[in-house]
Amino acid sequence: MLSIIRTLWTVFLHMFRRRETLLYPEERPKLPPRWRGRIILSRDPDGEERCVACYLCAAACPVDCISLQATEDGRGRRYPEFFRINFSRCIFCGFCEEACPTYAIQLTPDFEMGEYVRKNLVYEKEDLLISGQGKYPDYNFYRVAGLSIGGKDKGQAENEEPPVDVKDLMP
Amino acid sequence: MGENTKTRENEMKEIPGPAEQVLIVFSILAAVMTIGSGLIWLERRLLALWQDRYGPNRVGPFGLLQVVADMIKVLTKEDWIPPFADRPVFVLAPAIILVTVLLSFTVITFAPGIRVVDMNVGLLFFLAMSSLGVYSVALAGWASDSKYSLLGGLRAAAQMLSYEVFMGLSLMGVVLQAGSFNLRDIVEAQRGLWFCVPQFFGLVAFLIAGTAELRRLPFDLPEAESELVAGFHSEYSGMKFGMFFVGEYLGVTLISALITTLFFGGWFGPDIMGWSLLPLVWFLLKTFVFICGFILLRASLPRPRYDQLMSFGWKVMLPLTLLNVVVTGGILLLAGR
Repeated sequence: MLSIIRTLWTVFLHMFRRRETLLYPEERPKLPPRWRGRIILSRDPDGEERCVACYLCAAACPVDCISLQATEDGRGRRYPEFFRINFSRCIFCGFCEEACPTYAIQLTPDFEMGEYVRKNLVYEKEDLLISGQGKYPDYNFYRVAGLSIGGKDKGQAENEEPPVDVKDLMP
Repeated sequence: MGENTKTRENEMKEIPGPAEQVLIVFSILAAVMTIGSGLIWLERRLLALWQDRYGPNRVGPFGLLQVVADMIKVLTKEDWIPPFADRPVFVLAPAIILVTVLLSFTVITFAPGIRVVDMNVGLLFFLAMSSLGVYSVALAGWASDSKYSLLGGLRAAAQMLSYEVFMGLSLMGVVLQAGSFNLRDIVEAQRGLWFCVPQFFGLVAFLIAGTAELRRLPFDLPEAESELVAGFHSEYSGMKFGMFFVGEYLGVTLISALITTLFFGGWFGPDIMGWSLLPLVWFLLKTFVFICGFILLRASLPRPRYDQLMSFGWKVMLPLTLLNVVVTGGILLLAGR
């Protein structure tokens, strides 16, 4: 009996507590920077696409919502001909970001993607590409990779020494 | 006593004409229905307040128009009767609860002169109506022909039977002290001291019985949404469900108004500058406090097991209320009234 009255009193006192609800459209939630939201494709410091169309993100995706087609430009750089994410399927697990070897695909703290037409949830490359570098600044895959592309030969990458002639016996 | 008869004479003089009488009846009906539906909003807001949330606050100022939105929704919903249901009874059941609760309101005197009928068996009429209200729930459970509804209806019938008994008994102390079943006389008898003091145990018993009568938490076992889907109204939709819903809130208003009338001095309260509507305001304020109390009960207490509920009613409350009646009667006899 006493405990019932104590319960009533405790609940009554909650009248003077701060409310936990966030009045969403007026008040915005504070999302942490690593929050897994809308997926973007970033660019390298030179302003070129980071994505090398390796298909790892599409392979890692548990719901198969990423599709792309690799192609090559005149300098020998691989890039996706098209890059398509179906956000009506995406579960925002972040596996694509983990699989990406070039920091191209990234998840951002944004969730306001509501659409009235389901088809509008299919994002093409021009919707996904941003002009900046996202969460990983100053990283340029082609500048650290040993691959030779137009304008950069083997051994010219950062922290790389000139290639060794394996048939040469001289030290 | 002399003062009492004088006020009654005043009351007799104040008997309104037929036009005024009709006006009073319809304004009471309108007010009661408005309060009943407004409680839907109030309950959701208060529950939210006590659970550190906001509740409906989008439609209109403070979300008040939520009631209108709900009304539109419930009225435009498909009115579906399951093919396996017993049609006439299924349709009749929700009407009974609304009719009995609204009829109970006729005997309540809100303020001197503001009432529908001045019945000298007012309290008995209320008890009769609340017993009839059980038919609504029991028949709804029966006519739905679904196991959850039937279980809910059975529970309602058993619960009402056991709680009706000591509800009546808990009020007998008040009747003994006031010497009348007329609700106006009972209020007049509280001119000196509200009955919540001498009839404290009666008040507690009536609170418990009233909660059980209303089928509200912690005694909402006929509904018990965590075990019986929605109990007796599982199969109901649209306005038929709406009638059960409004009936429940009207019942809350009714029981709160009765607690005010029987234990808390009805329309009596400090007089401020002889304002003529003040008695009504006092009555409504007190009723409002008890309505909030019922909502607080719902916000804080869990539902007991069914056998606990039954044994509590028969083994604890019934003997206690009997004792209350005996002691009250004995004291009144010794005092020589």
